[in-house]
Amino acid sequence: MNWLSDEAIARLQTASALPDLAGTRYRLIGRVGSGGMGTVYLAEDSALGRRVALKIIDLPELRADLSARLLREAQILARLEHPGIVPVHDAGTLADGRVFYAMKFVEGERLDIRAKRIETIPDRLRIFQRICEAVAFAHAHGILHRDLKPENIMVGPFGEVLVMDWGVAKILREDPAAQEDHAGIPTERSQNAPTETKPLKTAHGTVLGTAGYMAPEQARGEIASLDERADIYSLGAILRFLLSGKQPAAGEERLNRLNNESAPLAAAGSAPKAVAAISQKAMAEDRASRYASVSDLANDIARYLDGSPVSAYPENVFQKTGRWATRYRVAIGLVLAYLIVRALLLLWLRR
Amino acid sequence: MTRDTNIGGASGRFPATHWSAVLAARSDDPAERSRALEAIAAAYWKPIYKYVRIRWSKPTEDAKDLTQDFFAKLFEKEYLDAFDPAKARLRTFLRVCADRFVANEAKAATRLKRGGGAAHLSLDFDAAENELQRAGPHLQLVASPESTDDFLEKEFIRSLFGIVVERLRSECDSRGKQIHFRLFEIYDLEGDGGRKASYADLAKEFQIAPTDVTNYLAFARREFRRIALDCLREMTASEDEFRREARALLGVVPE
Repeated sequence: MNWLSDEAIARLQTASALPDLAGTRYRLIGRVGSGGMGTVYLAEDSALGRRVALKIIDLPELRADLSARLLREAQILARLEHPGIVPVHDAGTLADGRVFYAMKFVEGERLDIRAKRIETIPDRLRIFQRICEAVAFAHAHGILHRDLKPENIMVGPFGEVLVMDWGVAKILREDPAAQEDHAGIPTERSQNAPTETKPLKTAHGTVLGTAGYMAPEQARGEIASLDERADIYSLGAILRFLLSGKQPAAGEERLNRLNNESAPLAAAGSAPKAVAAISQKAMAEDRASRYASVSDLANDIARYLDGSPVSAYPENVFQKTGRWATRYRVAIGLVLAYLIVRALLLLWLRR
Repeated sequence: MTRDTNIGGASGRFPATHWSAVLAARSDDPAERSRALEAIAAAYWKPIYKYVRIRWSKPTEDAKDLTQDFFAKLFEKEYLDAFDPAKARLRTFLRVCADRFVANEAKAATRLKRGGGAAHLSLDFDAAENELQRAGPHLQLVASPESTDDFLEKEFIRSLFGIVVERLRSECDSRGKQIHFRLFEIYDLEGDGGRKASYADLAKEFQIAPTDVTNYLAFARREFRRIALDCLREMTASEDEFRREARALLGVVPE
């Protein structure tokens, strides 16, 4: 047997890890990144002459449950045709047995990175509104994302916002409009939903979702009872991140925070109190106290941007006056200027 | 091309099914047990020999005897019955066993002639010794006790991949795909530090179309991957261990 050099071993390891695209219309260009379920590669679709992203299950994950979950993610994405959700083009199995799906290659930055360069709060809130629109659309189609966090949001070069990584999404109910076309998507209940109240775990034994952005009921593993309000909690945490630039607290830290009622507002940094209150309401420990829907949350943001009162923040008379003055500052300025000019004119005429 | 050993992988005796040599080594069936132990020895004798040579600073002849004895004892004394895949990887377990074995042998002032009555493996120690000499600088790796696992891991991968390459060669030969293997050999195994031949050059050399070079290489790599996973499954005792090992050996693309 010939001796294998270290270089040859490295080449074999690299060649073994790369997906086998023989027999497909895709030509591998490079690797984009890794996620919980697999690796995303950049490839060229030779039939259409465009670049696509291929999400492919990692080589050792030749397990039926993970393959089924990746296909399920592709089917969910195919069902959610929205400008804020990455479109899927194709799905299948490679010659080496790995399951894959092809999606639009999004050239942009993750929100956690991009946020550092978005200077004003209104600009951040406008991005947040687009995230809400995509999530509200998914909810309207009976789908929970369950892993919303800045790392799963892409912001494109023209400010477009895309919600990514629907790998742990939960189908709450079949979409009546789509039932005829997508009747084959297995729901989590039928596929791998635990019947007891314990954390939903991946094959690697980790709870699905991300600490800090995960609703308390999700962290407790109350999978069967999760509803839209779990995503609303995550949106609240994203909002808090956008306001403060800091990752939200998780676990014990969050419990400590609960014992200190002023802490949530402090966690939002120097953000306006009304926006901090919106984040606080979305992140309420008791989900009954959160917004009832993503649209309600988005409407509060829109009201804030419009200078109107927000439902999450009851104002006293001074705050109302201050907000009113801010909202109509141009008109007030013009009236004041008019009055001052008129007074000066009268004085001059009297002389 | 010479065979390193008359046992295990290179001769194509690894089955293509999901068979675990580690589990089969505890079988009540003597034939199954023997086959399993041979498979383990085929993958591990070289790493253990090199380890004994370097870590224990044993001269060539002593290291040969100790390696032979170690695997003979592994078979006779049923060391593997004590192996718990939940606690350690097989190579770590074998390394600890080898350390204990060498230490005990060193203590025994009057040792019986080695190998007497024990199963004797036909191992190509000259090949292992040549590899050790070629490795040169990376032998320093094992200078510290903490790096012993790294050294063994590297040598285990080298040994395992060597077995896989031989099996791939054998399969390609039997299926009339010698060009596939030759392209794989030229492109992925040879040419360290030198300029890599282009697909066009290879196509010209083998008088095939450049697209055939792509397809032949893809076939060989796919088969290499499949055989490597089969072999890895044989060297692991549980699904979790298999996945961990597969990820470590094959699943990570260097950035």
